[in-house]
Amino acid sequence: MPVRAKRKQKLFVILGLVSLAAIAVGLTLYALRSNINLFFSPVQIAAGDAPLERQIRAGGMVREGTVNRDKESLEVTFIVTDYVDDVEVRYSGILPDLFREGQGVVVVGQLQQGGWLRADQVLARHDENYMPPEVAQALEEAGYSPEDYQAKAAEVGKRLDAQGDATSQN
Amino acid sequence: MQTLMIPEIGHYALIIALLMALVQGVMPLAGAATRRPLWMAYARPMATGQFLFLAIAYACLTASYLLDDFSVANVANNSNSMLPWYYKASAVWGNHEGSVLLWSLILAAWGFAVSRFSRELPRDMLARVMGVMGLVSLGFLAFVLITSNPFERLLPNVPQDGADLNPLLQDFGLIVHPPMLYMGYVGFSVVFAFAIAALLGGRLDAAWTRWARPWTNIAWAFLTVGIALGSWWAYYELGWGGWWFWDPVENASLLPWLAGTALIHSLAVTEKRGAFKSWTVLLAISTFSLSLMGTFLVRSGVLTSVHAFANDPSRGLFILVLLGITVGLSLLLFALRAPRVSHQVGFSWLSRDALLLINNILLVIMTVTVLLGTVYPLLLDALNLGKISVGPPYFNALFVPLTVILCLFMGLGPLSRWKHTPARDLFQRSWHAGLAALVIGAVAPLLYRGEWNLKVSLGVVIALWIVLPMARDLWVKSRHSAGRVAGLRRLSLAYWGMILGHLGIAVTIIGVTVVSNYAIERNVRMGVGDSVEVAGYTFTMTELANRRGPNYLADAAEIEVQRGDSRRSFTMTPEKRLYIARGMPMTQVALRPGLFRDLYVAMGEDLEDGSWAMRIQHKPFVRWLWLGALLMAAGGVLAVADRRYRRTVTARDPERAAAVEPREATA
Repeated sequence: MPVRAKRKQKLFVILGLVSLAAIAVGLTLYALRSNINLFFSPVQIAAGDAPLERQIRAGGMVREGTVNRDKESLEVTFIVTDYVDDVEVRYSGILPDLFREGQGVVVVGQLQQGGWLRADQVLARHDENYMPPEVAQALEEAGYSPEDYQAKAAEVGKRLDAQGDATSQN
Repeated sequence: MQTLMIPEIGHYALIIALLMALVQGVMPLAGAATRRPLWMAYARPMATGQFLFLAIAYACLTASYLLDDFSVANVANNSNSMLPWYYKASAVWGNHEGSVLLWSLILAAWGFAVSRFSRELPRDMLARVMGVMGLVSLGFLAFVLITSNPFERLLPNVPQDGADLNPLLQDFGLIVHPPMLYMGYVGFSVVFAFAIAALLGGRLDAAWTRWARPWTNIAWAFLTVGIALGSWWAYYELGWGGWWFWDPVENASLLPWLAGTALIHSLAVTEKRGAFKSWTVLLAISTFSLSLMGTFLVRSGVLTSVHAFANDPSRGLFILVLLGITVGLSLLLFALRAPRVSHQVGFSWLSRDALLLINNILLVIMTVTVLLGTVYPLLLDALNLGKISVGPPYFNALFVPLTVILCLFMGLGPLSRWKHTPARDLFQRSWHAGLAALVIGAVAPLLYRGEWNLKVSLGVVIALWIVLPMARDLWVKSRHSAGRVAGLRRLSLAYWGMILGHLGIAVTIIGVTVVSNYAIERNVRMGVGDSVEVAGYTFTMTELANRRGPNYLADAAEIEVQRGDSRRSFTMTPEKRLYIARGMPMTQVALRPGLFRDLYVAMGEDLEDGSWAMRIQHKPFVRWLWLGALLMAAGGVLAVADRRYRRTVTARDPERAAAVEPREATA
């Protein structure tokens, strides 16, 4: 192949690459824009920072004694707190194994009129040391020292574990 | 039991291995640069020694686990005396320190294998390859020794018992998934070393590709199996029945796979046509860099998941620096030396060369989109611009259409010839198959479910579009005067490898399409005596019982399952386990696998009034996902067995020999 034809082919390869890359980047940015889930803590939600009826992530600790199961269905409600403000979460389905009162959770869902959140997904920690990092940061931003809520979570967890052991022995 | 010496011997062996890696990284490279055979000769014995001493270190750690030596911090944190012995052995890599040690051991094993099986490599090439592998190994062994020493002791306060292995990891899938994945990740270091050696030596010919290809294929096959095992493990172990979550950790393994897939195709062009040379080198560098990045993401603790063991920021920083040095130096070298290896070869736009170029471009675009979706949230977080997460819709919106486009070209690939294929020939060879694929694809959902479904049709069409032209090609190529069987025998193993690999993609596509569109999930409240019907099966809870396992207590449900009106029924027994040492609950799924459907029953939560929330799923064709991956891996291995990789290099000019090799059948 003559040199000129080779150069021409190279030019086409480069042009093709550039245009394909441009299309890909455009599509990617578009897809990213509509699929980003921002994280909000209860304080931010109470302050009205979070958008209504858009997919968001929210997180905090499950407030002790607030988990309520419907008697007939799999509907469940619970309160997520950062010890400053609370958000009510409603969810239909099966909660993850490691969901427990007094522990950190992240929920993915849409904020409704009236300030409660309809969750599509509830995520709990993978092991007993897991505290979602967003939750930890939100708590720190709300003015709590990490030791405070870690200690509180551990204390609540131990108490609930002790109760659990007592009931399973009965 | 506390042992006096075993962990110390392991630690000592690790230090010796590091020193050997240092020698292996320096002497052969210096020898190749100054043409001193004696220095170059260090490569082989050092690779052997390094492998030997790492094997000793690894064996010592395993022995500490098996002997319950809780004075070793790593054992105390991740094992327990009640753990069955096979989980004790696999717990070695169920934690950060042990898994990095396994990483290093596998790296040394690959190095050892290269030093054994590449005897006919030119001396300076072998020296450079081994030198680069020695340097990589040096980096990782320094990482192990400085930040993640698995042999650290807890003295004098030795715990009575260990904290146990995370119950999610107490499973057969975990025994095999990480070693497979690491074999893949680390295996790409070989082709990386070959690429760097080619840049250093300024020589990249067909013989080079013939040496590099088998190693790449094998690593790719391991990675394929590793990813499939991970997906399979998540499917039955996490209790939701999902098989891919676009979790950053999964993406971390998908990225090198995508780049590696592009690499094995671009290597084909480099071997056959001598084209795409600098591109191949760049892909080899990228693939291994993405493997390193995967290791960084998974091991650094920037991602919170079941894989993130390390919470020590110095470790993340160390890997990041290692990654930066590797990528930076190799790209610098590439920029300086790539013009020396590059070589212009013309080709027509209707040729296998061009189709493989398109394959590479598309795979690279897929890699970049996945990379962006994975790294973007991390970057924003690192720059303090907010916490976001990128959900599966992003990945699906980009990955699925790109896969469809890729598959359209994939159907044509095996039919085309190198250099130039007349459009008429291409059309003649493919139109029957295309038409058949369209017709069958259009009616398949109607026949299967009685209702038309665009997505399912599309999935079936592209799967058939991959398979049917290949079947026709096979039919044509197997024509032989001595009959079909002789014709089939005549085809090269490389060709069979290509057929199997592409067939695997088609099988996986069918699996993904059907299970994504037709899976049924029902979450129900069930007590003893309750029944529920899902997809024509009746599930009846007959009993709730308590059980005791070696290291857990469990609530177990007996579920009787009946298909339609048939008399025969079978029992499924899901469990909700509580692992004693960690007080951690876990769902043990009951599975009834089948080639065309899985039944999946998981216990959700105790609803306190004698009933349980149960998750019952019908998953059609889900096995095809992993079956396809196994076929792909088998294809990759089969291609390596091809005669031409076993042939010793003769004195003739290998590049010309490859270029005039007439058989188009070999991919």
